[in-house]
Amino acid sequence: FCGLLLTTAKYNLKLKTSTWELRRVNFRKSRSQNISAHKRFTELLEKHEKEQIDARVPIGRIITLPELKSNPFKERICQVFSTSEQKDGSLTFEDFLDLLSAFSDSATLEIKSHYAFRIFDFDDDGTLDCADLEKLVNCLTGETNDAKLSSTEMKQLISNILEESDIDKDGTVNLSEFQHVISRSPDFVSSFKIVL
Amino acid sequence: MVQEEACSLPLPPGPLMTKSESVLSPVRLSVRSPADEEGVHDSFQQLIAEHRDNGAASSALELQQLQSDLDEENRDNMPLSGPEHEHRRRQGASDLECDGGEREMDPIQGEGWSSDTLKILSSMPSRTIGRNRGAIISQYCNKTLKLRRRRQTRPSIRDFSPSSRPSIRSYGMEGDTTDAEVSKRERLVNNLQNLPVSDRVRMLRGMPLSVAEKKEIRHVARSHRFFCVLFMFASWYSWLSFLHSLQPWQTLLKRVSGRFGTGVLSYFLFLKTLVFFNVFLFLVTGAFLVLPQAVHPPYRDTTSFSGLELLTGAGSFSHTVMYYGYYANYTLPRRSRDEGGGQNASTLTSDSQQFSYNMPLAYFFTIGMAFFITCIILVYSMSKTFGRSFRINKSNSILTMKTFSCWDFKVIKKKSVQIMSENIGTQLKELLAELTQKHTKSTFCKRFCRLMVHGVAWTICIASTTGCMAGVYYFSEFIHKVRLDGLSSPVCHKAKLLSLPTVVSVINLLLPALFNLVGWMETYESPSVFAYVAIGRNLMLKMSMLGVLCFHWLGRVCWEDFVGQELYRFLLMDFIFTLLDTLFGELLWRLFSEKVLKRKRKPVFDIARNVLDLIYGQTLAWLGVLFSPVLPVVQILKLFLVFYIKMSSVMLNCQAPRKPYRASQMTTIFITLLCIPSLLGASVCVTYTMWSITPSTSCGPFRTLDTMFKAGKHWMEILEKDNPSLSVLSKAHTYFVENPFFLFVGAGIFLIVIYFHSQVVDGQRKIISLLQDQIQNEGEDKKFLINRLQSVHKQKQDAGKRLKSQVNKPQSTKHRNFKPVWIKLEY
Repeated sequence: FCGLLLTTAKYNLKLKTSTWELRRVNFRKSRSQNISAHKRFTELLEKHEKEQIDARVPIGRIITLPELKSNPFKERICQVFSTSEQKDGSLTFEDFLDLLSAFSDSATLEIKSHYAFRIFDFDDDGTLDCADLEKLVNCLTGETNDAKLSSTEMKQLISNILEESDIDKDGTVNLSEFQHVISRSPDFVSSFKIVL
Repeated sequence: MVQEEACSLPLPPGPLMTKSESVLSPVRLSVRSPADEEGVHDSFQQLIAEHRDNGAASSALELQQLQSDLDEENRDNMPLSGPEHEHRRRQGASDLECDGGEREMDPIQGEGWSSDTLKILSSMPSRTIGRNRGAIISQYCNKTLKLRRRRQTRPSIRDFSPSSRPSIRSYGMEGDTTDAEVSKRERLVNNLQNLPVSDRVRMLRGMPLSVAEKKEIRHVARSHRFFCVLFMFASWYSWLSFLHSLQPWQTLLKRVSGRFGTGVLSYFLFLKTLVFFNVFLFLVTGAFLVLPQAVHPPYRDTTSFSGLELLTGAGSFSHTVMYYGYYANYTLPRRSRDEGGGQNASTLTSDSQQFSYNMPLAYFFTIGMAFFITCIILVYSMSKTFGRSFRINKSNSILTMKTFSCWDFKVIKKKSVQIMSENIGTQLKELLAELTQKHTKSTFCKRFCRLMVHGVAWTICIASTTGCMAGVYYFSEFIHKVRLDGLSSPVCHKAKLLSLPTVVSVINLLLPALFNLVGWMETYESPSVFAYVAIGRNLMLKMSMLGVLCFHWLGRVCWEDFVGQELYRFLLMDFIFTLLDTLFGELLWRLFSEKVLKRKRKPVFDIARNVLDLIYGQTLAWLGVLFSPVLPVVQILKLFLVFYIKMSSVMLNCQAPRKPYRASQMTTIFITLLCIPSLLGASVCVTYTMWSITPSTSCGPFRTLDTMFKAGKHWMEILEKDNPSLSVLSKAHTYFVENPFFLFVGAGIFLIVIYFHSQVVDGQRKIISLLQDQIQNEGEDKKFLINRLQSVHKQKQDAGKRLKSQVNKPQSTKHRNFKPVWIKLEY
């Protein structure tokens, strides 16, 4: 019990400094919500990892969170916010807070569109080309066969999207073009949100 | 770490070559992407410089590679960074798919391009601008520089050395950095330090970097001069976050959004907004009207409390602070316990006036101020949401916007996610079908038929509304006559009181259903038009009902009390009918459709109709505040109960709407409807009552005055008598507020300003189309340059091949196929 107290005290101290810093930098919501984020994060840690300060949670455990479990983009989200060297999608607590703050109410449209672009860029090459768009649409429509688009519909959809949003006509949608589309769609900010 | 972004040192090719060879396998996770810091540059110059530097080394490598066996000549399938490899694989696989759509666009990913061309392509700023830290920092460096230029004033000439060129003198920033090789990051920090605190905070907040990097930048950029200001900012934000954590119903709202998405959530958020408006109204009236009058009761009432008062609002309630008639029309003295005091304002002694509270004035100003402040808050929020949802360039990129922004990340239940996916799939298919069929033009006959059907539908709606209006009017007259005639038992009397509200609520329930039926037989171009038409008809009905009732209520004895009681009864009936509607409409319908009709889908929660019901209730509350200052409390209680009832009903009985619901546009419409017909109508009624109607002479705080407005004028006259200098104010009032000429001039200036703004918007639209053309031209330039690069590479390749063939000819005649020469750029 004393050990638990000690570790919680240690974490609280670290949390105090980090949340104070975070609030100044990201202006996420209240300290109590940062603490609840920390609570949810430590639930994912193993016993021996709770002692470490910079513990990393592997992707397999992150996607068991109820907020991410049914989301078709969960692996991409973990990949985008992960700062690990091996690019395996594991998150530290700071990465986790990054994730929550990008999906929070107080994140600006610029930050949200930036991260949305990275999430939709499945092959990580800096643009959304045909294959990325196809994967995106398949994620949106789900896995059941009747909702999926046929190949002709998919081709037509992708060509329509490129026609509407590819301004420099290079066959891909880059970040600026993506942000240009998003700035005109008012529903984006309210739908790109995760609440803990 | 600071050096990474500047990255001007070419790394030796040796060790990296072996490293990349070991990572040959096309495993996605080990692939290098532009997000890797080492692999990307933020300028083309560096790329060329490195290529030049490595030229000697790479040609040595080429000779080494000659001996290895390759399958095809044109394929450079020894990638060092993943993207090209992925390009190649995808090229083969998706060629068929993309070719059709991209043929006319002449895509930039050509076939058979060399790895260096592809590497250059993937390192271009347009593809890396949002990716790696270096590019983000350099982008924000430019942004902060621009911001500094705007904020900083011109430095004086004295501060510059005489030798500096005239063009430099106008830019103060260049004097800062004497060292030409300072890195981008340090320049960014420097810029941030020189910005005012609020701008610095805003810039930091908007940077899409990770938390650790922002901490470092902020730590370096902070200067101690502004420490106390930062501290104040921090405490202000902690206060805001404390307020945010006080928000009620957070977990419940999260559950609703997790299951139903943004559409249904917007209904509950609208309800919460209404609660806050009513709380504000209650605080104002409670503090300034109810409390002072409750402390000084004008008379004691002897009627006892029976349970029926909660339903009718009359009886013992009518002699309490609840209604207008109870309020005194004199100045309340400080310590007065006498109950029979009916003194008028003019007869009070001067020393008791110092601690007194002028009730009529307080009543008038409190109600006026409350409405005014509510109006300002509503107009402000309306303009904000309007700006968010209606953009300048409303072009038809519906499909793209839908694809990119339709996924609602708040939905977390598995079943709801499945339903959402199905909905999205259906919507996309429908939109695609619509786009392909847009070209069919309907014949004249068809259009005429459609117009006829529309005409018939509108006639039915307007006729039914007018009929109901007339019916309500005559029924209310009849009830009033019956009331004044013989009275039967008290219960029957109370029942008669409740009859009119019941009739109006029944009409409000049944007629929208009729409008829905009529709407089904019409055909509309898009479902959103249908939604707007339905809302419009519903609104027309409710406003006409209220209009008839307002017209009917004027001209009674102590009519203010009566009106107050009527409004209380109307609110109550509205609540009861909401309950019944939830019960029958949602619960029983779900049971019916499950058991009898055997349908799998639950009934849909009709967001628009429910929101209009809320707006109607709020209009009643605003109409009634003048006559019953405690009505906001009743409204708050009603809203709380409605929240919990609707929440449980939605969770149990309903499912999310199938049609696409554009949440922010609908929120704009609802706030606009709350402002324009609802608050404006209530304000007009209240203003008309205050301005022109004679208050009843037997009750209320204005009983001796001609109009309520005279209370204010009376007070002004008293003030003028005491301080003659204040006569300026009253003269200003006479000449400006009451003079119609000034109002005309003011309205004219408003219109001119609006015209100028609309011209500016037109100009911006033209500029947007020009810029799009320019970007397209730049894209053509880019393609041209890449093609040239590729052709230069091919020439070099062919030259190298010819050279090798001349060299190798004597040695081996077996090899017909000459191995291609690769130019590798090692980093």
